[in-house]
Amino acid sequence: MTFGQLPYDVAHLLGGGMLLLSFVLLYQRRIGAVINALALQGAILALAAAWQGFMQGAPQLYLTALIAFGAKAVLIPFALRALLRRFDLHRNVETALGIGPSLVAGVALVALAILVVLPITAGSKAIAREDLALALSVVLLGMLMMITRRNAILQVVGLMTLENGLILAAVGVAGMPLVVELSTAALVMMLLVVGGVFVFQIRERFDTVDTSFLEIHRGERP
Amino acid sequence: MLRACFPAGPCRSPFAPRRAGGYTAARDSLPPAPVLTALALCLGFLVLLAAAAVPLGRHPRAGLLVHGGCLIAALGFAGIALAALLVGAAPEGLLLPFGPPWAAARIGLDGLSAWFLLLLGLTGAAASLFALGHPPGPPRTLPPFPLFLAGMALTLAATDAFLLLGGFELMSLASWALVAADHEKEENRKAARLYLIFALLAAACLVPAFGLLAGRAGAITFDAMRAAPPEGWRAAAVLVLGLVGAGAKAGLVPLHAWLPLAHPAAPSHVSALMSGAMTKIALYVLARLLLDLCGAAQPSWWGVPLLVAGAFSALLGALRANLEEDAKTLLACSTIENVGLVVLGLGLALAFRGADLGPLAALAAGAALLHALNHGVFKTLLFLVAGAVAHSAGSRRLDRLGGLIHAMPVTAGAALVGAAAAASLPPLSGFASEWLLLQSLLAGWRVGGIGVQVLAAAAAALAAMAAALAAAAMVRLFGLVFLGRPRSPRGAGAREVSAAERAALLLPAGLTVLFGLFPATLLSLAAPALQVLTGPAAQAPARGLWLVAGEAPSGYAPLFIALLLVLALALAWFLVRRRSPATTQRGPVWNCGFIDPPTHLPFGDPLTQPTAGGIAQPLRRMLGQPLLRARESLDMPRPGETRPARYAAGFEDPAGPLLLAPAARLRDRIAVQAEKLRDLTIRRCLSLSFATLVGLLALLAWLESR
Amino acid sequence: MEGLGALLTQLLHIALMLAAAPLVVGVTRWLKARMMGRRGASPLQPLRDLDKLLRKRPVLAENASIVSEAAPYAGFAACLLAIALVPSFARGMAFAPLSDLILLAGLLAVARIALALAGMDVGTAFGGLGAAREMSFSAFAEPALLLCVLTFAILAGTTNLDLITATFREGALGLRVSLALAGVAMLAIAVAENARIPVDNPATHLELTMVHEAMLLEASGRHLALWEYQSALRLTLWLALIAAIFVPFGAAPAGSGPIAWTLGLVAWALKMGALCLALAVFESAIAKMRVFRVPEFLGAALLLALLAAALLFVSTGLA
Repeated sequence: MTFGQLPYDVAHLLGGGMLLLSFVLLYQRRIGAVINALALQGAILALAAAWQGFMQGAPQLYLTALIAFGAKAVLIPFALRALLRRFDLHRNVETALGIGPSLVAGVALVALAILVVLPITAGSKAIAREDLALALSVVLLGMLMMITRRNAILQVVGLMTLENGLILAAVGVAGMPLVVELSTAALVMMLLVVGGVFVFQIRERFDTVDTSFLEIHRGERP
Repeated sequence: MLRACFPAGPCRSPFAPRRAGGYTAARDSLPPAPVLTALALCLGFLVLLAAAAVPLGRHPRAGLLVHGGCLIAALGFAGIALAALLVGAAPEGLLLPFGPPWAAARIGLDGLSAWFLLLLGLTGAAASLFALGHPPGPPRTLPPFPLFLAGMALTLAATDAFLLLGGFELMSLASWALVAADHEKEENRKAARLYLIFALLAAACLVPAFGLLAGRAGAITFDAMRAAPPEGWRAAAVLVLGLVGAGAKAGLVPLHAWLPLAHPAAPSHVSALMSGAMTKIALYVLARLLLDLCGAAQPSWWGVPLLVAGAFSALLGALRANLEEDAKTLLACSTIENVGLVVLGLGLALAFRGADLGPLAALAAGAALLHALNHGVFKTLLFLVAGAVAHSAGSRRLDRLGGLIHAMPVTAGAALVGAAAAASLPPLSGFASEWLLLQSLLAGWRVGGIGVQVLAAAAAALAAMAAALAAAAMVRLFGLVFLGRPRSPRGAGAREVSAAERAALLLPAGLTVLFGLFPATLLSLAAPALQVLTGPAAQAPARGLWLVAGEAPSGYAPLFIALLLVLALALAWFLVRRRSPATTQRGPVWNCGFIDPPTHLPFGDPLTQPTAGGIAQPLRRMLGQPLLRARESLDMPRPGETRPARYAAGFEDPAGPLLLAPAARLRDRIAVQAEKLRDLTIRRCLSLSFATLVGLLALLAWLESR
Repeated sequence: MEGLGALLTQLLHIALMLAAAPLVVGVTRWLKARMMGRRGASPLQPLRDLDKLLRKRPVLAENASIVSEAAPYAGFAACLLAIALVPSFARGMAFAPLSDLILLAGLLAVARIALALAGMDVGTAFGGLGAAREMSFSAFAEPALLLCVLTFAILAGTTNLDLITATFREGALGLRVSLALAGVAMLAIAVAENARIPVDNPATHLELTMVHEAMLLEASGRHLALWEYQSALRLTLWLALIAAIFVPFGAAPAGSGPIAWTLGLVAWALKMGALCLALAVFESAIAKMRVFRVPEFLGAALLLALLAAALLFVSTGLA
């Protein structure tokens, strides 16, 4: 299976779309737009899972896709939006690293992912290799987002992206059991709840969701 | 039409029917030509001129004699180079009656040196012609000028390391004397000092580089060096030393700190030669050393350091050109950019050659050669324009010029040609070589290995960014100097320059247009040079009037583009004239309703015009802050205060804090250590020198035993 | 026959482009107005405006030089030649061997520099401001464009636009992530090059926020008409370029005769209509960004294009 064959191309394109949206997440300054991009990424992940289900003839992946769509494209963005509205949080992204440098760092991370994945997976099918490279890139970009953004909601978004990347990697491999997917989804739901409570708590105590304020209270900064 | 042209047979120059066998065959077949005799005569003539200039210096006609002589010699160089490129020169060279006893000096010309000699002749002729029309400078500038030309020509004509280094040093010292000519000014003294330090650095690197190539046999002729290419650590050392040595003289980042200071300090015609020709001579040495003398078997990664240094030079030079506020400094920074582009081409040629991609290597080398020539010509033009403007309007600072297109229409026209070529606009010369360079960069991924591929892609992006930045810099230069309103009374009184100066401007301007329209012909002329750089099978990436590149060929035919542009202009004219009234009406500037300047400001209120710093502001904020530590400060008086608000902007070249400052600290530390030697007793002093002598003898014994 | 067809299609193409350019602007404006709930002027309005401007006598500033008079023609000629190289309803036109993407960038640079010089000619503050910003933006747009060209050149082995569209039309390349990324980058560059929202507002009336319009403040009469015409040509060029590269289907071979040409014309009109609609939707949905955010916008396009090339290196290494 290689380029020029539709199944491969579509899977590849969907993976690339997720990577592109990871960059959109890094680029955006407004929290609302970030959440939109996250929802879109979830939807594309669902599509990718469904397409893999179709290709591998694995019906359980359809369920994965359905769950991914329901949770990531609809519910979680909805919840995040509600959170945003309820607390009337700052609508602008507060960055620890500027937008430009974080984009450059992102491209460097993708290059790193490619350099790492290609030699390790030498010998396996082309599709697995490239999808793995894309998925690892998405994971790394998610982590990058978590460390370069000060806002708690955006850190949650970064975590979600990271998890999206993991699922993208998982659905690309034939025979991924559904249990793992369910548990990961549940885990993320839980993490989201934790994040929500976290945000709620900070909000109550310090009247801001900027995590750098925590440093003062932990004595890391005067 | 295009599909047929690339895979077709050998791409021979229409002018060189007899040179089918390439470089080596030409070497054996042709008799010693009168060409070399003429070259030797020209060199001798220049030395005589320099000698005559010393006693004649104060004579009112001395300038006429010296510069007229230089003009003749430079035209001679151009003719000799053209003859050598067309029919091939005598490759076994011509013995000169001096030099060290074991290796008499021998001059010769092959394709590569003839190509650069052509560049030297053309730029030298324009610069000398300009100096003829210019009011004479101080007498002390006269003797070094012919020596400067002679040094450059000698570097090119050398067929052994000894002569090459001699010529190189003559060039450095003569140009140092010219940089220091106006030594009353503190900044010129500083520039000359820094220039001398870098010239010494270049020599200190090039001498051991050639020494390593000569090997233990001490064979200093190029033929002997070619026969025994270096390997292992020696090859790597030659690469590093050659890159540092030639790069320091060419102004390659990070060794460029002297260039924006030294080039503006010299008189304009000398700056033109320094930027147009001298940096190219350094690049010639680089190409000769790394691509020719080190042999064709060097690995692909040799191109990588050149690629990196070239890309950063291009970017940094172009960016600085956008921030500088002195016309000549701006042009000097643009020289750094173009040197970077040429080095990019050479690096790619090395990489392609190492990967056995012959046609692509020829493409990259052709881009480098063509860009060297084109840049030499248009940069000479621009420096001469800067000189004309400085003389006529009394300043080189952009903030004191403006509106000169009305007073100096010929100069402005020539400047527009030069600026458009520097901005690499089709169909002028800069675009043709830029096109070739971008094409070779776009093929850079074929070298293989994802690291090199990404590097080549990044270099392509940087080269394109440098081209766009150069365009911005040229718009800023032309717009501030020639457009708008005068910014000073002296600038408002400017007059057109003399006839000789105008001729000196029109010569390179015409060449720029000509080279732009016929780059393919020019490249076929450069085929012998390409064969020196990339092997005897190399063919120029040109066919007929087309520059071609790639497997499914991409082509560029500037002559057709120019014709079509003219047609499109005619069409536009026709379309407009049918509907539009022929006349125009003149009125006061609209300027969105701003009122006219008050009558006590006859030249208009300079503050309502854009300034050099103002035009630079977007790029200073977008790129200058991250790359050049650009800063802006605004001192705004509070309401009620009567002092004016002050806005200051500046930047710092990273070479200063990262290279020069540590080097100065190191020098101080060494000096402190060396000072201690002065406290030694005589006995200790003697024992120190004795130990050195014994150590050297031991080293010699060890070397001979191996 | 082949040669005659090539020449004929080329001439028809130029005539079509000259006619279509004001229409593209008019249709986009009309669509935007409809989306914002206004009736909007007729799509023919730009054509009427051009005619009105042409018939007026231009007023030049007292200290205007020949640059103010010559630059509109130079810019227009460069734009016209550039658009003559981009295929529309037919492929293999007479200028096809000349249609090099780097040359295209060069011709657009000629037009841009002509405009910048005209803006600086009379020495007004706004003209200089616009020229400086325009040239600065191009420092980010050009490398991004070159990296997009790199992606196409790796896939098609050439930078010749006609050969690239031929390769892409054959469809052997399939759907590529790299092409998708390069496509997004190209769209961003097109938005910036044409001074559209979010980079610049083509309908702005506030001088301080202007980029493109600021350079035209002193132009009037036929000069203004030429500037307006060439900005319409440039918009059409970019849309046609994107259509030719990413949707290369439907163009008729040059030698195929009038019926096939008509079909090609219909296909091209559909593509351009869709692109106009997309542009109108995009512009209606988004706000103009601050000037100093534009480098981030174009820098993101640059990085995407680099990413496209890098991913392509990976897949060509695998194939």
